This record gives sequence, C-alpha cells and structure tokens, in this order.
Amino acid sequence: MSKTYYTDQHEWIRVEGDEGTVGITSHATEQLGDVVFVEVPSVGKTVAKGGEAAVVESVKAASEVYSPVSGTVTAGNNDLADDPARVNADPEGEGWFFKLKLSNPAELDGLMTAEQYLDFAKDH
Amino acid sequence: MRYLPLTKADRAAMLETIGVVSVDALFKDVPKAAEVPVSAFDLPDHQGELAVERKLAAMAAKSTASGAVPSFLGAGAYKHHVPAAVDHLIQRSEFLTSYTPYQPEISQGTLQVLFEFQTQVAMLTGMDVANASLYDGSTGTAEAVLMAQRVTKRGKAILSGGLHPQYAETVETVANLHGSVLRAPAIPGAEEDLASLVDDQTACVVVQTPDVFGLLRGLKNIAEAVHSKGALLIVVVTEVVSLGLLESPGAQGADIVVCEGQSLGNGLNFGGPYVGLFATREKYVRQMPGRLCGQTVDAEGRRGFVLTLSTREQHIRRDKATSNICTNSGLCALAFTIHLSLLGEGGFTRLAAINHQRATTLVDKLLTVPGVSLVTSTFFNEFTLRLPKPAAEVVEALAAKGILAGVPASRLAPADRDQRDLLIVAATETNTDEDIDAFVTALKEVL
Repeated sequence: MSKTYYTDQHEWIRVEGDEGTVGITSHATEQLGDVVFVEVPSVGKTVAKGGEAAVVESVKAASEVYSPVSGTVTAGNNDLADDPARVNADPEGEGWFFKLKLSNPAELDGLMTAEQYLDFAKDH
Repeated sequence: MRYLPLTKADRAAMLETIGVVSVDALFKDVPKAAEVPVSAFDLPDHQGELAVERKLAAMAAKSTASGAVPSFLGAGAYKHHVPAAVDHLIQRSEFLTSYTPYQPEISQGTLQVLFEFQTQVAMLTGMDVANASLYDGSTGTAEAVLMAQRVTKRGKAILSGGLHPQYAETVETVANLHGSVLRAPAIPGAEEDLASLVDDQTACVVVQTPDVFGLLRGLKNIAEAVHSKGALLIVVVTEVVSLGLLESPGAQGADIVVCEGQSLGNGLNFGGPYVGLFATREKYVRQMPGRLCGQTVDAEGRRGFVLTLSTREQHIRRDKATSNICTNSGLCALAFTIHLSLLGEGGFTRLAAINHQRATTLVDKLLTVPGVSLVTSTFFNEFTLRLPKPAAEVVEALAAKGILAGVPASRLAPADRDQRDLLIVAATETNTDEDIDAFVTALKEVL
C-alpha cells in the first residue's frame, strides 16, 4: 500500500515500506513548460532532505529538484534522457526521476498530503 | 548618451555612502608591494593628434613586422595570406557593431553567420556540434578540461608534453581549482606513453597535433586507452590549416576538439584577439561551454536561427552554468568563416598542401647547412631543428640580418635545458622561394 506526499518545492514522493519514488508535480511541469532535459542522480548517491538531487530543464528555465527526504538512490529514470517529454506527459507516473531507500522515514511527517498540496499550489 | 566621467562630488558621495574616507582607504587591503604608483608610468602630457601619430609611428618602426621581412615564426600563431575581401566584409556596420544576438527577430544575419561558422568547425574537426567560438585556443583548452571534469565527475587531467606550454599553463591556472593537472615531460620529436598514466580518476587526456614541435601525433591508440578507462580525449590543434590535409580528430576518436582559428581570416594581431574553436560529440552538448546557435523554423515554417540551449548559461543557470564564458569572438569568427567560404573545400585542401610543400622545401634546404638536424620526423607546416648552438642566439643574429627565423623552444620552456638548441620553424603559403633561400644563406653565415 503506497502513500504519496508533496513538498513546497513541488516534488512528490510515493512511499512503499522504506522505498520512495520521486518526481515533480503536474503543477510544476505546467510552470516549467516543455521539459527538454533531465539529469537524474546516480545509483548509490546519498541525498539529504531538501538537498539537490536532480536537474530539470525546460525551454525557458533550469531548476534543481530537491529530495523530499534523506536516503540512498537506488534507481534513476534513465529513459528521461532520451524522452524528457515524459515528465510533461505523465509527471506522477512514467515521468518519475529517481527512487531511493529512506534513511529516516520520520522526515515524511513534515510533508503535505495531496489535498494540502493542491491548496498550496493555488498560490505558488 | 554622453559619457561624463565622475566628478569629485560623485566620488565623495559614493565614498560617503559606503563609509570610506578616500579611494586609497577603499583599497587599503592591497599590499604595498603590489601597488604601482602613478609616477612610475612616466607618461607624457597630452599632445595633438598629428604629434601622437608621428610618435607612435616612430615607435612602431622599431619593430620588425612579420610582413616586411622573411618570417618563419609559428608556435601557435601563423602568418597566412588573408584575402582583402575578408577585411572589407567584416567592416560592414551590421557585423562590426552588432550586439549579442539574443533577439532573433532582428539578428538573423549575425545568427546565420554563427550557424555557418559552427557548421564549418564541426566539419573541419569531424565532430557533431561546435559552439559559436571562445576567446582563443588556450582558454578553449582550459574550458575543455573543465568540461571533461563535469562530464566524467573526475578531477585529474593529463596533459601531453607536446601541448604548447602556454596552453598547459592556462589549463593549470583554471583547472587546478577543480582537480589536478599532470603535465607529462616534453620529449621533442617523439610520441610519449600517455596511456600508462590514465587511471580511474582521470577525467581527460589532452593531446596536441601537430604538437608544439610540429610532430604529427596519431590519436587512435591513445583514444582507445583513454576510453577504456572512462575518460575523455581532448585534441588540440593550434594550426587549423593542418585540418585541410590531416584526418580529422573526430574520425580518430576525439571527444572534444579545440583549435586556434587565427590562421584563417585573422592576422597575427600582436597575439590577439584570436578565435577559439570548440567542438564535441552531441551527447555532451549540454556540458559544452559558450554560446550555441541553432536552426529552427518560425510560426510560418520558415527557416530561422536562434541562440539555443541557453539553459547551460549564466543568465538562467546562475552559479551552476557550464562556464563563466558569456560571449564569443564574434568578429574573428566572422573573419574565419568568410575566409574559409572564399577558399571552399577544394581551396582549403590546396592551401594546406601548399603549406606542407613550402615546409618540406624549407627543411630540405636547411638540412644542407652543416650542424643542422631535423628533430621532428613528421610535420605539417612546422618542424623543429636542432642547431649546433643555442637557438635564442641564432634567432637574434638572424633578426639582425632581417630574417625572423622561428621561435626558440627555450622561449616557451625556459627551464628545460635540453631544449636550448631547438628552433621551431614554420612555413606557410606566404613564404616564397626567395624567403627560403635568404633564410638558408643567412643561417650558414651565423652558424
């Protein structure tokens, strides 16, 4: 049974046990426009909550993607290198950025639920 | 807009705002030893235009201009014939005064020139993509090393001993901040074993061909060795005309190619401004420094040109930009492109052939001089001789006879006593048979 959380930097993390999958929200992709390039972290990299983990570039901006929680990267979505448009087409599905093993699941407590995030995104 | 320099009141207001009593107090952190007092310059008072012209002309007359005497100077800067059409065309105001072409709707001409330039550079180097130029070959080489460090996420750069020493120093200045630079010792006239130096920490190996002594370097073996360790091969070319005859670095496995493009369209210019050519493989394009022009279509499907992939650059990427390069050598690149367009592919190949033929003629005649031997068994239009006495002395003696004989290797590597008797000599299409004979005759006299 997975559960999805959201950050105020427009990332989502879907958690199942101590494994998480991270991406950026539909609202973020609308703000960015067409995504043309994604740089995902390499497997084994340690990421900290709020630390830079990936890069997303659109036709008009380059942005850092921050890790919602701390952990160790277990997979990067290498398909995005050839087809970055997946981020726009399916941001919370095939457009995922990386997976990680959570080192401190308690960090999830500070994140938003889907309802909270939708409310937050109206003004951001 | 009128230009008005600052008044004393302006300066006083600014100093008061930042809470400093005087300009000297503002710079009090500068050590006394580093200060140069104004009095040290000993500049004369202002004079009228005619007087200034005369004075400067008299000063210029003290120099021996490379165009006025037989000149065989090379070592990274080459005297070639630039057709008069080049200088005429680059002085059109649309080119000469054009601003950075960020607005494609009013800069199509400038952008198309950049696109043509990039296409030419990619073809010459045998690479997928080239940028709109960098300042010159040496800073381009430093940028290539930084790029390799970014791509491989490793720090160590290995520089061939055949890389122009001033290029190596430029790399050391810039790339040492991000990793380490290992310079292999120079072995004039011989290839070195760089492959054994490559390890899992190596970001790149930098090889120049023709090297600083003129020797042609094969690249395929070192390319394989470098790639087997996950590193990149950077190939440097200081004489771009050589690419008219030699197999392209791209075809031999280079990952990044940097050239000094001064030979085409540009004079010696006292050492600058020059034009750095920078090309790489498409997979690395997002890590490439500098400005990049792309071809696209407008809303009505018509072909047009725009600066592209700007997300690599400072105005968007801020501190994570691929480099702090935010310009290109626009006018020098334009001159390069016009000259190469006038030559055409066949003309460029012929120009390269003439250069090589001039050099072989020169070598054959110089080797008739007793005590002179050839260090570089292969060469394009530049080679290194071993003389029976220190090359710097010989160059001075020949200069007194009105011959600019070449560059003593000791000038580039003063600490290397083994290079004291080596003279680096270049020949181009500008050297006539009379020039060559004058050089040989004069050399016989001074040795």
